[in-house]
Amino acid sequence: MMRRFTSYVVVGLLLGAGPAFAQEAKAKATTPEIPYDSVSFLKMPADGSVYMGEGIGVATSSKGQVYVITRSGESRVFEFDPQGNFVKEFGKESYGYGFAHAVRVDKDDNVWSVDEGSNVILKYNPAGKLLMVLGKRPDPLDQIVSMPGGAPFSGANRPYSFHRPTDIAWDPQGNIFVSDGYTDARIVKYDANGRFIKSAGTRGNGDLQFSTPHGIAVDLQGNVYVADRGNRRIVVLDNDLNQKTVYDHVGAPWGICISLGSPQYLYSTNSIGTAVDQPSQERTGEIYKMTLDGKVVGRFGSAGKALKQFASTHTMDCRDPNVVYTAEIQGWRIQKNTLRPEQMRSPSND
Amino acid sequence: MKRFLRSAVVAGAVAIGATVVTGQVVPELAYDANVDVVQFPVYGEVAGVATDSRGNIYAYVRAGMPTATLGHERTFYHGHSRLFKFDSTGKFIREVANGTYAADFAQNVRVDAKDNVWMVDAGSNMVVQYDSEGRFVQVYGRKPESIPVRPGPGVPARAIDPLPMPAPVAPGAAAAPGMPAVPPGTGVRGDSFNRPTDVAWDKAGNAYIADGFGNNNRIAKFGPDGNFIDSWGRTGSNPGEFNGVRGVAVDAAGNIYVADAGNRRIQVLNPQGKYLRAITGVGAPMAICLTNSSPQYLYSSNSNDPERLDNGEIYKIALNGSIVGRFGRAGKIAREFSVVNGLDCRSDNNLLVAEIGNWRVQRVTVKR
Repeated sequence: MMRRFTSYVVVGLLLGAGPAFAQEAKAKATTPEIPYDSVSFLKMPADGSVYMGEGIGVATSSKGQVYVITRSGESRVFEFDPQGNFVKEFGKESYGYGFAHAVRVDKDDNVWSVDEGSNVILKYNPAGKLLMVLGKRPDPLDQIVSMPGGAPFSGANRPYSFHRPTDIAWDPQGNIFVSDGYTDARIVKYDANGRFIKSAGTRGNGDLQFSTPHGIAVDLQGNVYVADRGNRRIVVLDNDLNQKTVYDHVGAPWGICISLGSPQYLYSTNSIGTAVDQPSQERTGEIYKMTLDGKVVGRFGSAGKALKQFASTHTMDCRDPNVVYTAEIQGWRIQKNTLRPEQMRSPSND
Repeated sequence: MKRFLRSAVVAGAVAIGATVVTGQVVPELAYDANVDVVQFPVYGEVAGVATDSRGNIYAYVRAGMPTATLGHERTFYHGHSRLFKFDSTGKFIREVANGTYAADFAQNVRVDAKDNVWMVDAGSNMVVQYDSEGRFVQVYGRKPESIPVRPGPGVPARAIDPLPMPAPVAPGAAAAPGMPAVPPGTGVRGDSFNRPTDVAWDKAGNAYIADGFGNNNRIAKFGPDGNFIDSWGRTGSNPGEFNGVRGVAVDAAGNIYVADAGNRRIQVLNPQGKYLRAITGVGAPMAICLTNSSPQYLYSSNSNDPERLDNGEIYKIALNGSIVGRFGRAGKIAREFSVVNGLDCRSDNNLLVAEIGNWRVQRVTVKR
């Protein structure tokens, strides 16, 4: 019937568009209507574990089983019995499902899914076992390097929004200090209730300027220490974010922390960069211990992956000045480093 | 005309059960194959397969496309390759490292002498080591933090972070400031990989990582503690140069076998990385494995291109380079192979074959 109708249209098109439309209208007007009833066939599981999205394909087997392919988060293929009860899912979470287009059943009751998102056609036996794969999903490697995304440096300096912020610290009164960050270059101060007080800093390497402020710590007097990583220095601010001094003798500070108690100590990690060549391993990796005036007390560690080495230390905790926890980007681990400063030898003894 | 003649010779050879390759007659090996080796919880392209000393089977599967997360400032990507563990009967036991940061585009899985499981991922450019219980041990390489910018209208394309981002080093690219120039395709001395493909170990526990089918074209050596030791190779076709490193294996003497697929040869390096010889006549080695038997044998797959069903045969090779025989061809039914990407062969004549084209693991028993 459908085929014949199509033929009429084709003939009509050969004669010109007008007669085709006339033919269609005439058929609808003159053809007797067939009485019919309909039911909503699918009985999805009551627990909500399986549900329909866009209805894209349906097919039946010789046993009367009904197969449906739907666009869900990705495509899904469901089997129902002749009464419409849900039986099972075919190829759950399969690589071949991106954007559904059809499901068909062959003469042996094998079930075939056609997916226009993955460009893959899958053949299952009636039990749901994968028998054959046609087509190849394009490897994602090209897409990985060509997707839109990313943003340049903004310097937006907005009171209540950040641009890739990096760290947070608090003074004894509970005021909040945020280092912000990669695509802004400033320190933001809020009161303990989160109300904006002020922000300070622009991008650069001069006074009160930062190049990727990557970490922040506040001492018990309320002074603010900024790990100005891109400028390879620690910038010390007072509690109102005025610059006091700079420590530029401990490498690039990836992360800093200040111990509690008295006296307080400042720790800073000169971490190895990620994806760098081997020679830089010898120049980086150590963690410095300083008094708050920047005087170096000692150091520990080196770059590397073994225990007691550090593979890109990102941040540290030093609540107890002799227990330094380190989080490593390329170590995928936390090391607990217990320091024994009482056993330090003075350099003259080396 | 020359091609026609060669085809005629090959056709004649096949008719008598052997193939002529560069003057050498390669026997066809009889073999059995089983396609019901493991019961996958999820179907996808099987990039790699490996067994541990107790017969457990690991398969690293491309189970979905990486998902992009639209951050405010950058776009991140993660998932969806998955590492499955099966018992020796093929029953699914568990997933290893489910949802890990590194699993973006499965490339291979290998098990070392201590039953540690090594996941090789070409999407994240990472190699991650787990112990036999699936606990994280060590990581090599680092995934780019986000998808690089494709500049939109009014958005200049420029770096925003003053620190070097882990971008692939293109052949002839300028070196980082203060660093010596990088010769074409040698990669950075360290663990910055570009589409790594494989890992193997010597008896001392040093790891050799095949890096890879990007433009690094090198073998990188790491100590048992995970620290970089040395790397060998660069892009090219001369001895010691590679064009798409698809696999690596280390024999009992510490010699290193490099599947140099683009140059259609397996190069043999001594333990110091010096070129010894090349094995040819085995097509393009897209996946290799080395048996634990004595003597050891090398298997190498001349895998078909996804767009064609030609080639596809697997070679059995003695370590001196003489070809014992070949078996199989490209296809979509049992006993045939499609886009083989991984081989595992603990014993002399038993292989597990990971197929990207047929989404399965096939067990092959080669008959003597």
